[in-house]
Amino acid sequence: MLVKLLTRELLRHWRSRQDIINPLLFFVLTVTLFPLAVTPDGQILSQIGSGIIWVSALLAAMLSLESMYRDDYHDGTLELLILQSGSPYQVVLAKIIAHWLTTGLPLVIISPLLAVMMQIPTSAFLALILTLLIGTAVLSLIGSVGMGLTVGLRNGGVLLSLLVLPLYIPILIYGASAVNSAAMGLEYSGQLSFMGAYLIGCLTLVPLASVSAIKVSIQ
Amino acid sequence: MNWQWFHRLSSPKWFYQISGKYLPWLWAITLILMSVGLYQGLYNSPVDYQQSSTVRIMYIHVPAAFASMMFYVIMAVAAAIGYIWRIKLAHMAAVSIAPIGAAMTMLALVTGSLWGKPIWNTWWVWDARLTSELILLFLYLGFISLHSAFDDREVGDRAAGVLAMVGVINVPIIHFSVDWWHTLHQGATISKFEKPSMDPAMLTALLLMICAVILFGICLMLYRMRNEILSREQTKSWVREVVGI
Repeated sequence: MLVKLLTRELLRHWRSRQDIINPLLFFVLTVTLFPLAVTPDGQILSQIGSGIIWVSALLAAMLSLESMYRDDYHDGTLELLILQSGSPYQVVLAKIIAHWLTTGLPLVIISPLLAVMMQIPTSAFLALILTLLIGTAVLSLIGSVGMGLTVGLRNGGVLLSLLVLPLYIPILIYGASAVNSAAMGLEYSGQLSFMGAYLIGCLTLVPLASVSAIKVSIQ
Repeated sequence: MNWQWFHRLSSPKWFYQISGKYLPWLWAITLILMSVGLYQGLYNSPVDYQQSSTVRIMYIHVPAAFASMMFYVIMAVAAAIGYIWRIKLAHMAAVSIAPIGAAMTMLALVTGSLWGKPIWNTWWVWDARLTSELILLFLYLGFISLHSAFDDREVGDRAAGVLAMVGVINVPIIHFSVDWWHTLHQGATISKFEKPSMDPAMLTALLLMICAVILFGICLMLYRMRNEILSREQTKSWVREVVGI
């Protein structure tokens, strides 16, 4: 069942490829703006680069949340899926996994390129990729609750950011600091462990909250 | 076990009548506590040996900060009760206390900033406590605006209830991570309770003010709940009798 739902979601995302490409472009563009606004000086960029990449990834992931529910909600598919699949939990889980595969993973794949542009030392690349892998998964999970709550609203976009950004703060703090530690040649397994624990906590609790959220919206 | 009292508790009409009866008493206790606390704090307590009279901002600042956190928990618990047992009154309590909690958070931030200027010589530092208080404000505002975004108040209740429950699980994690972030980046700044022992006169004033501010917030919440009840139950005959139409 989960595999069927997941295949459907991936096919749906594949057919509207623009939704996959746009967040990526947004990510690259936002990171590009910082050297223009702050300074092109490599010394400073390498210090603030990890934070910039993290904040931009977070915003890109948040902007792409719309594609998770919106189309299915408006043509009624979501309601049918929740009612007839027999397991709203699996529907939501499939949507979260598909969202992560189509937006989170591409962000992670492209991040080393941006890290090179931001003069982040090579020693920190592994940390950046690992933390973003965990981080984007958490963003997809928490974002699904916010998106489930706001999908039925006319102007949900700004509201969505107000709802989910405060909840992203722990993952942002640990993610950016892990990359910073790695860049300075320090141990970063502590931050990584915390992020892993946070991911596991989210994985167990968030789909349940997400189901309640989507049930509020489609009643 | 007899659950009748529980169901009676959730009846808006009963709650409206009983709260109307006790509200004047609650106000009286609040006013007495607040006037004694303010007298104790502003006149009857010693000045700090370093901060002189500036320390007296504490008697507003600390109660407001304490109340802001306590009201978030009350709000989340009320929202959870309303969500799980589908009790309308609990949702009304959650919705009523949210703006008061947000106001307390704002008050704590503003008084903290006024206090910080003469003592730390800056309006704002990215200190762990300040930052988590700011995030708390955003959480309150998210709850309020999510609730008001729905045309149907009952749907808004449930949506905001889910958000409050997710938020209250996250608040300790946010607080803990912000604490950790601050210690990593900044080293120790001036802590508000650096001195381990406080003058007993100061402590009395502070405790009195904390109780007074919490009671004050609860009185306001009861007022807002009574309004909410009247506006939501406006088609019922007992509301028409109360309002007199």
